[in-house]
Amino acid sequence: MDEGLRSELSRQGVFATTIQDLYNWGCRNSLWPLNFGLACCAIEMIAASMARFDIARFGAEVFRPSPRQADLMIVAGTVTKKMAPQVVRLYNQMPEPKYVIAMGACAISGGPFKRGYNVLKGIDRYVPVDVHIPGCPPRPEALLHALITLQEKIASRKLTGPSRARAFQEEAPGEFPVPEYGPYDLVPAKNTDLWRPKPITRNE
Amino acid sequence: METLEQIKCRIEAAIPGVGLDIQCNRVVPGQASLVVPPARALEVARFLRDDSRLALDYCSNVSGVDWLDRVVEEHVRVTRLVDGQERVFEECRERRVPGHLEAVYHLYSMRLKHGPVILRQRTVNRVDQARLASLTPVWRSAEFQEREAYDLFGIVFEGHPDLRRILMWDEFRDSPMRKDYVEPDDYEYEPTPHDDLREKARRHYPIEADA
Repeated sequence: MDEGLRSELSRQGVFATTIQDLYNWGCRNSLWPLNFGLACCAIEMIAASMARFDIARFGAEVFRPSPRQADLMIVAGTVTKKMAPQVVRLYNQMPEPKYVIAMGACAISGGPFKRGYNVLKGIDRYVPVDVHIPGCPPRPEALLHALITLQEKIASRKLTGPSRARAFQEEAPGEFPVPEYGPYDLVPAKNTDLWRPKPITRNE
Repeated sequence: METLEQIKCRIEAAIPGVGLDIQCNRVVPGQASLVVPPARALEVARFLRDDSRLALDYCSNVSGVDWLDRVVEEHVRVTRLVDGQERVFEECRERRVPGHLEAVYHLYSMRLKHGPVILRQRTVNRVDQARLASLTPVWRSAEFQEREAYDLFGIVFEGHPDLRRILMWDEFRDSPMRKDYVEPDDYEYEPTPHDDLREKARRHYPIEADA
């Protein structure tokens, strides 16, 4: 709908919108996060949900203990290789449309434990991540910023057409393979359908 | 508290033929430790806990240590005949110490408020005879830490009530804290690689041709 016409109509007391805008408005202002934390970032996540920072201002205060009732996964903390299959399984159990925020240096890249034998080098190897937050740990403001970024992303998503969001594409996968425990590492070590880093060449 | 020498004498009097040894700490002279043969470790532990003058009722810490094969230099004084006279020389001798694994226990007494007494057990080698006696029957607090030493060093504690991996997953087949552990080859980009990371970067990312 034309923006000028819409403002003209609203001045006349007529509110006009589209199903897409209405749906996205409702969706982005009632994100229900999954209630789990993996490390110290979870403390910042808890702080963000309390009175001083008050994530309820953005409609995301309903932390759900069950993945069936949640549509936002905040991966807050170090994902060890032992924990990774459970995180992927929780993601698979969430209903569509679902979103992931990778919070903190560990969740986005392994962080200070990147060279460890037991830490996953970023949860984006197994599940699609919508917003990455750097920081060790990020302050609650950073989490709120990520939430607003995600809300903007939801506000601009398409429900129909070829460029529609992943949740509305029938052929796009909503579940991703859960890695298995191998004798030396997780099998597979990464989901190559999902995680395709840009090729890097060295300059010396 | 008694000195370690006194404790050693009393243990040897109470448990004949036990074969203890005192290992000095060259860095911190006050922190010598008692080396106990695994076959008699449980008896020694019971004595240390139940003796009324020691009453070491609290095991605060169990650590694993991995020793590779190493050569130790020792300075020895020898007397030799030079021109018909006996003279003292200082000689440097090299001694080869075969690799082994160690479990180190730090013991305190809550009741008498003293400690620590440091106990060491050593395995025969690092491969097929990496077995020690579990002291969990004596100090319950050793249970999880012995499991951790089993998980990360591969030390098998005989007599442990529940010897499973505790940090790594059950299917894991390696001992990550051993010095010869080879980690999975999952190197990723590092902005400023140096030393051994630089070697890994060389292997994983070819250098730009026109740089």
